[in-house]
Amino acid sequence: MKARIKNFFRYRFLLGELVKKGIKLKYRRSYLGILWSLLEPLLTMIVLTVVFGTLFGNNEKTFAVYVLAGRLLYSFFSQSTNAALKSIRGNSAMIKKVYVPKYLYPLSSILFNYVIFLLSLVVLALVSLVLGVYPNIYTLQVIVPLILILLLSFGAGMVLATVGVFFRDMEYLWSVILMLIMYTCAIFYYPDRLLNSGKGWLLKINPLYCIISCFRDGIFGEAMNMKMLLYAGGSSVLILLFGIWIFYKKQDEFILHI
Amino acid sequence: MGKEMIKVDHVSMKFNLSQEKIDSIKEYFIKFVKREIKYDEFWALKDINFTLNRGERLGILGLNGAGKSTLLKVIAGVFKPTEGSVARHGVMAPLLELGAGFDMQYTGAENIYLYGAVLGYSKSFIDEKFDEIVSFSELQKFIDVPLKNYSSGMKARLGFSIATIVAPDILILDEVLSVGDAKFRKKSEKKVMEMFDKGVTVLFVSHSLEQVERLCNKAMILEHGNMLAYGDLKEVAQKYRKIIE
Repeated sequence: MKARIKNFFRYRFLLGELVKKGIKLKYRRSYLGILWSLLEPLLTMIVLTVVFGTLFGNNEKTFAVYVLAGRLLYSFFSQSTNAALKSIRGNSAMIKKVYVPKYLYPLSSILFNYVIFLLSLVVLALVSLVLGVYPNIYTLQVIVPLILILLLSFGAGMVLATVGVFFRDMEYLWSVILMLIMYTCAIFYYPDRLLNSGKGWLLKINPLYCIISCFRDGIFGEAMNMKMLLYAGGSSVLILLFGIWIFYKKQDEFILHI
Repeated sequence: MGKEMIKVDHVSMKFNLSQEKIDSIKEYFIKFVKREIKYDEFWALKDINFTLNRGERLGILGLNGAGKSTLLKVIAGVFKPTEGSVARHGVMAPLLELGAGFDMQYTGAENIYLYGAVLGYSKSFIDEKFDEIVSFSELQKFIDVPLKNYSSGMKARLGFSIATIVAPDILILDEVLSVGDAKFRKKSEKKVMEMFDKGVTVLFVSHSLEQVERLCNKAMILEHGNMLAYGDLKEVAQKYRKIIE
């Protein structure tokens, strides 16, 4: 264990370099560069608000904030887990040639997406202020779901990276599963009708929905639902532990399969 | 002399060569149910055992497919041995696959930091040695150009310059260094020789007995993953001569 921690510190500069590389290369050669991390969620928010707000009749002024908060968290989860899923196979040339602790590949994929995600929260802050959603003492709570989503994504990413090495189908399967997760996250609709219809468990068993819901409570300046927060925290930690366990169990076999 | 640098302890390496490539879950399930998953076991290394002390230079001889490169990769830590263990002490410079970890969209300067990090250098170390790396590689003019525009010789020069900037205790070489043009080759050989003079421990893989005799003071013969001979250069060289004749 002590050796592992020492090894982690030895390679922390590489982790930083890999994260930097992910951020730098994501927007390299596009004219607006890193500005896209702000523009993209803003534009999607406008589209979603027009489609699901105006056309479907959610005319509340703050609907845009509601949509944007959900969409930001979901797109971080989907992009980072997708990147982690491909991280081992995508770096196969390097894995076959030099020794680098293998968890650095999924971890750096998650982290660089996290940095971009944190940056894009600026848009959420601005839109909230413009539409009259002002921060209060409860807003500070958002730190908890922001940490939980990182743990959840890293855990899921470790599982996916492991599975992805042995079954390539996972890349296609995961995009279908992500769609299912998206629809059970209540991103662009209010969950009340589903929750009151007796099928609320569809949402509540989804840890990502619970994280998004807690995050929204914070943004709208309300106290969080403690039961939901505990469930989100518990399931995220469980998935993380499972991810680390399966990754460590299987990592020595990776090289024989890529 | 004397200090133990590398200890290879009963190392065996098994590969499962699956007869058919199974790439999908569906295929896997069908084959699993029909019990059709077969693997050909292939032992690339069998019970390899040796220690190297400071200043010893080991030449690893053998024909194609004898397991030479696999042994180097096990020692470098890329492969984890199926059985046995490898202990290493000190800073290791594996000149195996120069530039593994280079990113083609990154510039030369960015790649120095990236590849340096891959090799386990610290940021302050690279900051300090940056100019030395650039001037040794002779790429001053191209250091801010993306790597995809480099010729293969330029990439190799940059890789060599980064990998050899440390003062290693253990040097791992696969075949002779044929990096870049004749002028750079001379320069890189000189650099490797300087390391030899400092008493570095060397692992050197080659087909060529002549090169091993020139560079090494110990030798080993591998055949189909077995260690046929190990010991003093002269004795082993004689044995190898008999094998290849």
